[in-house]
Amino acid sequence: MNESMDFLLWARGTAFDVAVAIFVIGVIIRLFEIVSLGRANNLAEPKGSEFGPGMKTIVTRTLPEAGVFKRQPLTVIGGYVFHFGLLISLFLFIPHIELFAATFGFSWPGLPNPIVDAAAVLGIVGLLAVLWHRLTNPVMKILTEKEDYLVWLLTFLPLLTGYLAYHRLVNPYPFILGLHILSVELLLVLFPFTKLMHTFTLFLARWYNGAMNGRRGVES
Amino acid sequence: MADPRTKTLGETLRRHGVSRRGFLKFCTATASMMALPPSMVPAVAAALDKASRPSVIWLSFQECTGCTESLTRSHSPTLESLIFDHISLDYHHTLQVASGHAAEKAREEAMHANHGNYLVVVDGSIPLGNPGYSTTAGVSNLQTLEETVAGAAAVIAVGTCAAFGGLPKAYPNPTGAVAVRDIVHDKPVINVSGCPPIPMVITGVLAHYLTFGTLPQLDQYGRPMNFYGTSIHDRCYRRPFYDKGLFADTFDDEGARKGWCLYKLGCKGPMTYNACATAKWNEGTSWPVESGHGCLGCSEPNFWDAGGFYNALSIPVGEVSRSVSYAAAAGLAVGAAAAGLNSRAKAKAKKNHGTVTVDDLEKKS
Amino acid sequence: MSEATLERGLNAFREQIDAPVAAFFSSCVSCGMCAEACLFYTETNDPKYTPIRKLEPLRRVWEQEYTISGKIKKALGFARPVTDAMLVEWRELLYDSCTMCARCSMVCPVGNDIAYMVRKAREGMAASGNAPADVISAAGRAVKIGSPMGIKYKALEAQIKHIEADSGEKIPVDVEGADYMALLSSMEVINFPEYIQSLAKIFKQAGVSWTLCSEAFEATNTGIQIGSSDIARQLVQRIVDGAEKLKVKYVIAPECGHAYTSIRWDGPNLIGRPYNFRVLHILELLDELRASGKIRTENLSDERMTFHDPCSIARKGGVIESPRRLMDMVSTNFVEMKDHGKWNWCCGGGGGVSANTDAEELRLKAFRRKKEQIAETGAELLVTACANCRLVIEEGLEEYNVEMPMEGLTELVAQHLVVDENVEA
Repeated sequence: MNESMDFLLWARGTAFDVAVAIFVIGVIIRLFEIVSLGRANNLAEPKGSEFGPGMKTIVTRTLPEAGVFKRQPLTVIGGYVFHFGLLISLFLFIPHIELFAATFGFSWPGLPNPIVDAAAVLGIVGLLAVLWHRLTNPVMKILTEKEDYLVWLLTFLPLLTGYLAYHRLVNPYPFILGLHILSVELLLVLFPFTKLMHTFTLFLARWYNGAMNGRRGVES
Repeated sequence: MADPRTKTLGETLRRHGVSRRGFLKFCTATASMMALPPSMVPAVAAALDKASRPSVIWLSFQECTGCTESLTRSHSPTLESLIFDHISLDYHHTLQVASGHAAEKAREEAMHANHGNYLVVVDGSIPLGNPGYSTTAGVSNLQTLEETVAGAAAVIAVGTCAAFGGLPKAYPNPTGAVAVRDIVHDKPVINVSGCPPIPMVITGVLAHYLTFGTLPQLDQYGRPMNFYGTSIHDRCYRRPFYDKGLFADTFDDEGARKGWCLYKLGCKGPMTYNACATAKWNEGTSWPVESGHGCLGCSEPNFWDAGGFYNALSIPVGEVSRSVSYAAAAGLAVGAAAAGLNSRAKAKAKKNHGTVTVDDLEKKS
Repeated sequence: MSEATLERGLNAFREQIDAPVAAFFSSCVSCGMCAEACLFYTETNDPKYTPIRKLEPLRRVWEQEYTISGKIKKALGFARPVTDAMLVEWRELLYDSCTMCARCSMVCPVGNDIAYMVRKAREGMAASGNAPADVISAAGRAVKIGSPMGIKYKALEAQIKHIEADSGEKIPVDVEGADYMALLSSMEVINFPEYIQSLAKIFKQAGVSWTLCSEAFEATNTGIQIGSSDIARQLVQRIVDGAEKLKVKYVIAPECGHAYTSIRWDGPNLIGRPYNFRVLHILELLDELRASGKIRTENLSDERMTFHDPCSIARKGGVIESPRRLMDMVSTNFVEMKDHGKWNWCCGGGGGVSANTDAEELRLKAFRRKKEQIAETGAELLVTACANCRLVIEEGLEEYNVEMPMEGLTELVAQHLVVDENVEA
């Protein structure tokens, strides 16, 4: 009889605990799996250092090279728009900050809700654009597997349900808020076992790239 | 003097010196409360005027008397209280003078005399864990409820305990408390939730019943839509601050003094459906958010278990940081195992390396 | 010795997968940007040449053997195995359409070093018998005869005599205790003997004590191209033995891209120990000689010249500034290509592609990128520092009927060298 409130409490309670546990355990497993494969000690005389260039590449890879940007601007712009929309919505919406504060014990200032709202809309539009691009661009089409659509959906649902919940477009509110939280939990649960892991591993990947090239005296 | 049971509401009100004008004013307020158009006011007035005095049996189970306190004492001598005066409260064991067998006899008499027509008001939850947890005159609440409801026209579950189980049902629910709706399935049950509920909402429900002879339209929780159709958040006068991102961080900071949004201080307004923001309390004096405290969500099911009162709604119910640290510890253990598997697999591959020479670069066959 | 089987190939994949590879595969979101950096895609518009896709066999092995989700999928029967048929299909992708130029590695938004992984994937391809026939033959010649082109020291000896007779320069061979041991690529021996002559001229002027080694003159390494560390190790070992026998302080990698990679970067890791000599690319050495004033140039050309960066030397070797300083030593009118240095476009023939006739048609198609790049500069002379690039570009220009003279940078420096007659070697 109390479906939507029970659902919300379940989503905010047991389900959240389970999802967070799977997320944390999964991410740690995945990172261990990667690092445990090791990297052979390089015996060649280095021409440059590894650490600094690796760190530098972590930053510099955020910007595209002009040539590939000109060839595929939508990948870059769509990617930026949806990532920024997503990150602003995730990290600068005050209710979310409260959650982080409760989890980690520290917080940061948020943005006024209308700005976050706009960012969420951009995020949604960006995601729709990259989906369209994935469905039409020949290169992306050949690379795309079911998992790519799955991770798209996992990313899209929290934004969509969050938007609906914020604007109270679905009644009753506990139901849509519960759906929003559930969609995030779905994301958390599948995160470690899908390409969503790039969120963390891209730092490793960029570092390795920068370090291996840096050792040869090349800024990558 | 006519039998009070047959006297109409109009008569009772007039006897108490309520003018026609005052009565119409009350009808207008009631109609607007029930979200009826102004054109309905005369109809409401006519219906209420002629409404006969229904017999009401008030059962108190696992409750704190807060609902009764709220409903009975706070309005005197308002019109709402007259509504209560008007009903024939044939049994209310907190209020009635009679006790023991005499009281139970009054209840039984009322049930017989008004079979099929009386209203049962319940406050408090019903323990199913052990019937002995809560009894009246040695009779378990469950039995009392079932007996009393059998001949009733409808049941009004007053307060969150009766409506949703309330505090007794809060984790770990030691008495196995349940709500009225969990037991009564064959009679209309109207939930008037709140801890306590707004008195005006009770009178509104009664007024509706008296006016139309039917029960109001209910939401998915069995609550009258008229009162529970909009969330606190949607009607909150502090809502513009939420939209602008202006929040009080503590109860005594500048934001609090300026009346900014109380979301961060745990206000459950966004998920709570009730009429507090419009009906207010204590004769329209104020309501929790106006007094500087966030909504507790008291009219919602399981609100006691919905996380700390002072935790923002977005904060999960459980202790996330504890979950995260346990998971991290478990992750380190499982991760180390996974790492071990990978190192072993790779070492095995190295061991199985078959040296490649230029003579075996081509497939045989 | 073991047989070329699928299992040996898969085992090679397992061996090759390391933390960077796992991090790279974990990070790929199939955005397809790598395709836009790859001349085999940009010149064909065929999405099958998307660089990251070339690694699908390696990726599957990683997923199925080294990730928890992959292991579960495999246990449940959802995993798509890597079959011999798949590897046969992927031969074109991993060999014919990839020069390991690493341009894709420079643009990947998540930082995947795709060329690094292609090199590793080739280990599995070679071990499973899926390397291209021509590269297999070249590897056989390299190990058995001493050079992928099948030339022996005798041929070099003849060239040396020829050069000495023609130029009067002395080419030292097997001089124990010389400071520098120069390596050559067989292409230089056969097609560009001017390189050897130029070395003699420059070193004599600069007073550099140097030598060739009759047992280890060949710098190229087919093992690196085919993707077999075992074979690459044998070939590097020859050079190390030769250098240690002659007790030289430096080994000079010639104007050849992959030779620099193999001797400079891969060698110590292949033989499992650091060298007791240093390795320099010839351009690095020339730049040092320039900086120390040991060589000077004159009669600078005002011809419009541009420089093609060999991928292995520039993007993968970090020799980027030296050739520019050397270009300024020979020309007053040096113009850069639009994408140069670490952003250069490959000639299309590196990584064993030029030795692989299966790839010829595709390579010539892909060459359009370089052709346009050269045309954009309006240069009258194209300079490079890799004999393989030079041959590939010459062939490509011929295919498209473009008239464009080419020179090696070392030769060009030698041509403009100020020769002081008083210097005695």
